[in-house]
Amino acid sequence: MTTSPIQLGDVPNEHGYRPFTLGGFHFERDEHFVHVTWPTGRHVTAAEPFLKAMMRDVAWNFFYGTVNFDAVIGTLNHYGNVDLFAGRFNEEYRKAELDHSENFPHDEIKATFQAILNDWVNADFDPFAAPMETGSAYGEKTGSNTAAVTRTRIAAKRMVGLPDDEPLRSDESGYPVNRAFLDVDLDEPIVEVEKGYEKEVSAFNFFGYLSRSDVTWNPSVVSVCRDSLMCPTTEEFILPIIHGNDRVEWFLQLSDEIIWEVEDRESGKPRAKVVMKAGDCAAMPADIRHQGYSPKRSMLLVWENNSPDLPDMIARGEAPTVPVTF
Amino acid sequence: MTKYKTVFAGLDGYQKGGVEVINDDPKNYVFSNIFEVATKAKPWEKVAVAKNQEYVLEVIRAEGTSSWRATPHDEFAMVVDGEVVIDLLDPEQSLVDPSASGSIAVSGEPKGTPMGKITARRGHLALLPAGRCYRMRAEKPSVVLLQTVLGPDTVERWSEICQKY
Repeated sequence: MTTSPIQLGDVPNEHGYRPFTLGGFHFERDEHFVHVTWPTGRHVTAAEPFLKAMMRDVAWNFFYGTVNFDAVIGTLNHYGNVDLFAGRFNEEYRKAELDHSENFPHDEIKATFQAILNDWVNADFDPFAAPMETGSAYGEKTGSNTAAVTRTRIAAKRMVGLPDDEPLRSDESGYPVNRAFLDVDLDEPIVEVEKGYEKEVSAFNFFGYLSRSDVTWNPSVVSVCRDSLMCPTTEEFILPIIHGNDRVEWFLQLSDEIIWEVEDRESGKPRAKVVMKAGDCAAMPADIRHQGYSPKRSMLLVWENNSPDLPDMIARGEAPTVPVTF
Repeated sequence: MTKYKTVFAGLDGYQKGGVEVINDDPKNYVFSNIFEVATKAKPWEKVAVAKNQEYVLEVIRAEGTSSWRATPHDEFAMVVDGEVVIDLLDPEQSLVDPSASGSIAVSGEPKGTPMGKITARRGHLALLPAGRCYRMRAEKPSVVLLQTVLGPDTVERWSEICQKY
């Protein structure tokens, strides 16, 4: 099924929230829950995890592959257009023929999701923040938080801190050190530059930069080697989505600990638990979905191959779902 | 207010997690620990700990002085333990094909113009710019994580460094 028009609700319900329609999907929220209906079924989920998941989906431009909001609702990125689905990656929904999927142009689904976030996120709730650093997502509509839900994902062209590239973070620029990283050394490297080489001799305190991150579970590009992207992020509590890979992705745990629950991408059946402590390095194969749990705010290096050819190569069997065999 | 302790690791101490299998092969996760790899590596060996097609993350045990290397593309060096000094040089003539992959060793002292030097400690990230030469020095054993492309000196020993069972 292909594109259907967006309908943005004009009239708020008794709780102050507007309804939204995208193709055959209809979205409503009340004080506690989000209700999603489609031609063959319906789904109800708590507002907070739904908004956190939708926030990542929008900020990441639907990311690499599948963004499962939960076991039922999610999106599948085709890079230029995006499937919105219900039950597509849920074996029982498929068996019961309750699953449903529609394809939309990227800009259309992104505009709809952004409109939902603008309307459904209240003034004191930040979907990117750790639970102890934000207000509640619940209750009747109380204002909006446009600044939080329109954050732009940081993506360095070469390396953060270089002239004409993404800036470093500081107290002055509005990035204080996070409460969980007050013990991280903030000393900068000693950079001695000969005249004329100011754009090439460069280094910065990467851990210090991460300690000033104001968001969780939001990888940002810090250095670029052709299609190889280092995308560090700080993590606390639970990854708000279950990420289904369309390519191999790598994790290197820089500090503290994350526990990953890994499931089969298609069926959702459990495959493994990956416990990562500081210094541990692990691949996420291209045929799984994963969700992380970080007991303390931690530093994670997500390492990606941004080649646009990879998903099709893997789908055609020309590239393996695992990075190496031994 | 809770006082948090951020846990890093290094050559002097690390705890390793692992893959707890439910219905899978642990080898699919290519699980290793970079400090365990560095502990067992020779100085300046470039041991791949992550690979995605032609791209790699290499662990380098920095100890003493490395040879000069020339890189055809940008590389990025993150010091993850200890302290490393990086000397940078603009070579008099090109020493590497810009379309090549991975850095190459340069024999002896290349002629060129000094660009500067970087003294980096744990958590610092440095650019090793395309077309230039670099050399690393470490008085005490240190560890560098290198973002680069698989090259002639990349060492792949997955069965030795990764969880198999």
